[in-house]
Amino acid sequence: MTQADKSGAPRSFQEIILRLQNYWASKGCAVLQPYDMEVGAGTFHPATTLRALGARPWAAAYVQPSRRPTDGRYGDNPNRLQHYYQYQVLIKPSPPDLQDLYLGSLEAIGIDLAHHDVRFVEDDWESPTLGAWGLGWEVWCDGMEVSQFTYFQQVGGHDCRPVSGELTYGLERLAMYVLGVDHVMDMPFNDPDAPIALSYGDVFRRAEREYSRWNFDVADTEMLLRHFEDAERECAAILDQPARDPKTGRTIIMAQPAYDQCIKASHLFNLLDARGVISPTERQAYIARVRALAKRCADAFVAAEEAEAAEEAGQGAPAPVGA
Amino acid sequence: MPDLLIELFSEEIPARMQARAAQDLRRLMTDGLVERGVTYAHAAAFATPRRLALALTGLPEATRPVREERRGPRADAPQKAIEGFLRATGLTREQLEEREDKKGRVLFAVIERPGRNVDEVVAETLEEVIRSFPWPKSMRWGAGALRWVRPLHSILCILHDDQGARVVPLEIDGIRAGDVARGHRFMAPEPFAVRSFEDYAARLEAAKVVLDPEERKRRIMADAASLAFAQGLELVEDPGLLEEVAGLVEWPVTLMGPIAPEFLDLPPEVLRASMKEHQKFFSVRNPVTDRIEQFVTVANVETPDHGALILAGNRKVLSARLSDAKFFWENDLRAVREKGLEGMARKLANVTFHSRLGSQAERIARIEALAREIAPLVGAKPDMAAEAARIAKADLASEMVYEFPELQGAMGRRYALEAGHAPEVAAACAEHYAPLGPSDAVPTAPVSVAVALADKIDMLAGFWAIDEKPTGSKDPFALRRAALGVIRIVLENDLRLRLRPLFAKADPRCDADDLMAFFAERLKAHLRAEGVRHDVIDACFALGGQDDVALLVRRVRALQAFLEQDDGANLLAGYRRAANILAAEEKKDGVEYSLDPMPELAEPGPERALFEALDRAEAEIAEALGAEDFARAMRAMAALRGPIDAFFEAVVVNAPNAAVRRNRLCLLNRIRAVTRQAADLSLIEG
Repeated sequence: MTQADKSGAPRSFQEIILRLQNYWASKGCAVLQPYDMEVGAGTFHPATTLRALGARPWAAAYVQPSRRPTDGRYGDNPNRLQHYYQYQVLIKPSPPDLQDLYLGSLEAIGIDLAHHDVRFVEDDWESPTLGAWGLGWEVWCDGMEVSQFTYFQQVGGHDCRPVSGELTYGLERLAMYVLGVDHVMDMPFNDPDAPIALSYGDVFRRAEREYSRWNFDVADTEMLLRHFEDAERECAAILDQPARDPKTGRTIIMAQPAYDQCIKASHLFNLLDARGVISPTERQAYIARVRALAKRCADAFVAAEEAEAAEEAGQGAPAPVGA
Repeated sequence: MPDLLIELFSEEIPARMQARAAQDLRRLMTDGLVERGVTYAHAAAFATPRRLALALTGLPEATRPVREERRGPRADAPQKAIEGFLRATGLTREQLEEREDKKGRVLFAVIERPGRNVDEVVAETLEEVIRSFPWPKSMRWGAGALRWVRPLHSILCILHDDQGARVVPLEIDGIRAGDVARGHRFMAPEPFAVRSFEDYAARLEAAKVVLDPEERKRRIMADAASLAFAQGLELVEDPGLLEEVAGLVEWPVTLMGPIAPEFLDLPPEVLRASMKEHQKFFSVRNPVTDRIEQFVTVANVETPDHGALILAGNRKVLSARLSDAKFFWENDLRAVREKGLEGMARKLANVTFHSRLGSQAERIARIEALAREIAPLVGAKPDMAAEAARIAKADLASEMVYEFPELQGAMGRRYALEAGHAPEVAAACAEHYAPLGPSDAVPTAPVSVAVALADKIDMLAGFWAIDEKPTGSKDPFALRRAALGVIRIVLENDLRLRLRPLFAKADPRCDADDLMAFFAERLKAHLRAEGVRHDVIDACFALGGQDDVALLVRRVRALQAFLEQDDGANLLAGYRRAANILAAEEKKDGVEYSLDPMPELAEPGPERALFEALDRAEAEIAEALGAEDFARAMRAMAALRGPIDAFFEAVVVNAPNAAVRRNRLCLLNRIRAVTRQAADLSLIEG
C-alpha cells in the first residue's frame, strides 16, 4: 500500500479491515485472528469475554465473523445479514485516552472528523447470556451508529477490576458508509481495479441465501435441542473435574474448553430461536441456562488465573533442570 | 468576598441525566458548604455533554470561629464513661474542665474551632460531593476505584475576586484540580486557563461550547423554526426531544433536509416515531399538504461544507430506517387485509398479560364482555362496543407496534379503518388507552368511552382479585392511573353508572368494597385541586353503596356548599351537640338508643316541634334524594337547625323520669338517622 492510498479514502471492504488492523497494531494491540467457532458477536471470543476477567493487563484487536440466524434475509436486504463481521478491540485497563484512540481509528479509515458529526450517545450494553454489562455509548457518525463503546463493569457475574474498554465496529455498515454503497452486496470486497474484482455479493450472496433457508426452515430442531443439551452437559462435566490433573500432576482448570461448550450452547439457542420453536416464556429459561454456563466458566477462568499466579509466586526462580 | 467556579470535565454524560446532575451539584455543594459555615450569595449550575459547572458568588474568605461547650459525665464517673466522652470530643483528660454543678463536679469540654479558610472547606466539600454523587448509574474505569457517570478527566476549581484567581488545592484519585478548561472536542480542543466565571463562559463560547443548556435549546428552536419558515413549513415541536438533543451537543448546528418521496405516504405518526426514536430528528410539517415532509437534525460541529456531508449521511440513515418502517407498515396492511384485525389479535393468545390473569387474548375477551355491559350505560351500541373491544388491542401483535411501542392505539386506528371497521370503532382503538396522564384528554365518543372504561375496570378488578394492589410508592401496573382514568371519564362525560356490579362482572373474586374505597381515595386526590374537602367526601362515601361516582360528587359538592353557609355550620353544631350527648349517655348506660322515639311521650312545645320537624325533614330529604336534588336535601336538613336549637334551649335530655329520658335519647338518635340520609356528619372535621 502506498502512502497516498493510506491517507486517502479506502476503496474496498478489505482495505478498511486492513487499515483497522494496522491502526490498532500501531497502538500496541495484539492482532488476533477470529475465534474458530460460531458466535453471535465479537464479544464471545475468549479474547474479550474471558480476558476481561481477572487482573492481568490485555490489549487485543481482531475481526470476528458473527452469526445472527434471525437476521437472515436471503441476501436481499441492503443492510441485514445472518453472517457478518465485527471488529473488536479490548484493552485492559481501559486507557485514559481511549476515546481519542477510537477517533483516531475513524480517521485511519478515511472519516475526516472536520467534515463529519461524530457523537457519543448513551447506550449501556448488557448481555443476558454472558451475565455481563457495562456503561458506554453507541457512536454516531452523521446520525448512523458506527460502533459500540463500552466500559465493562461485570462479566459472568464478576466485577471487572481493572475495567476493560471494549470497542465493537459493525464492519459492513461502517464500510458501506465510508465507501458510499447503498446495498451491502454491491460493496467492493477487494480492490475494484483488481484483475478479479469481487463484490461482497460475489463472496457472500449465495451463502446468505442458503443459510437463510436452512436457519429458518430446514435445521433439524430435535438435533439442535439435543446438541444444546449435550453442550450444556459437557460444559458442566468439564468444570466438575478436579483441578489437579491426575496424569501430569499439575493444576489444570479447563475454563476455556468449558467456555467453548458455552459458546456452542449459545449459538444453538440462536438457531432454535430462528426456527421459531422457542416460546417467549421458554426463551428466558434458555437464556438463563446459557448464563449459568457462562458464569461457571468465568468462575473457572478466574480460579485458573489465581492458581497460575500462586504457582508463579511459589516457584520464584525457575525450577532447576531435571527437577 | 471571593466567587467560586467548579467544572467537572468527563467523557459524554447521558443527555437524560444532565439537568438533574447540574441541580444535584448545586444542591449538594451549597448544602455542604453552608453546613460547614460557608455562605454564598448566588448559585448557578450548568451541564453540557462533557461538563458539569457550578458558579457561586459571595463566599466568605474564612468561616467564623466556633466555640462549643459540651457537658460530660461527673469527674468521678467510671473510667469507661470518661473515655467515651474523650473519644466523642477528641480531647484529652487534661483538656477537660471541671465545674461545680448541682450533681457535684462535672466534666466539661470546651471545644474551640478556629475559622477555616474557604479554600480548605471548598476542597473538603467538593471531594465529598464527587465521591458520593447520586448518578442514576455510575461506573469505574481503568484501574481506579473512583465512580463517575463516565470517566472523569479533570476538575477545575478556582476561587476568584478582584485580586485574581487561585486554584483550590484538591486531588481526587490522581485528578488534581486546576484552572484549565477545554473547548469543543473537535473545533477547539486546546486547553485554556480561566480567571472567573465570566471569563470561563466567554472563553467557552469562543471555543464553540454553549455552557447553558437553556441557551442551547433556545438556539436550536430559533434556528429550526427559521429553517422551516424559510420554506413555508412548520416545525412540529417536541419539548422532550429538544431537551435530549440539547444534551447531545455542546455547539448546536441545526440542519434541515427532505424526506425521500417514497416515504411521504407513511402515516405521520410513523414518520415522527421513527425519526424521533432512532435518529432524534424533529419533524417538519407542510401546512398545505398536512404531511411531514422534512426533518431537522442537530449536529455538534460546524464543517467547511456547512453540513452538506453530515446532512447527506443523515438522509441516508433515515432512508434505511424508513425502509424498515415501510416494510412493517406494508406487512401489517397485508396481514390486516388478509385476516382482519381479529386475525391479527389471534397471536395475542400466546402473549401473557400476567401469569395469574391469563393471556392478552383472555383479557381482551373479558374487556369485550364488560364493554358490552357498559355500552348501554354510556350511549353506545353494545355490538359496536364489543367489536371495538375485540380489536382495540390487536395492533399489539403488529410489526409496527412491536418496533415502536408508543404507536399502540394510533396504528390500531389506521389498521381498523383499513380493515373496514366503522370510524367509531377505529377511534376506540386509539382512544381507549386515554387518559394516560392528568392532563391527557379523556375520550368522549360513546364507543371509545365504553372500551376505555372496560379496559381500566378489568385491570383494576383483576389485580384486586389477585391482591396485587399498589402499595406506597409502588404501583407497577399503574392502577392509580387507571382508577383516576375511570373517575375522569365518568365525571367529564357526566356518566351515570354503578361501579360495583361492573367490578363483579369483571372479576367476581375481587373485593369490591376495598376497590371502591381505593376509588374514594383517588377521588379525594383528584378533587383536592378544586378545593373539595376530603372529610366531605368521607361523609358522603360513608353512607355505603356509593358506587355512582358522578352522583357521589354531586352530593359532595352540595354538602360542601351547605357547610359553607351559616345554616350548615349551625346545623352541624346542633348535630354535634346531639351526637355528643347521645354518645356519652350510650357509653354510660352501655346501651344503644336506637329505637324510634315515641311522640306521645314528648312534651308540647319545642320537643313536640322537633318530632314534627324531623318527620317533615325525613320525608323531604327522602323525596329530594329520590329526585337526586341534593341542594334541596341539604335545605331540608337546614330546616332542622331551628327546632334542634330550640329543643336544647328548653328541654333537659337527662330527665328524672327514665322513660322520658330514654325517649329523648332516642330522639337525638333520630336526628342522627334523619341527617344520615344525606351525609354522615360525624365525619366532618373542624
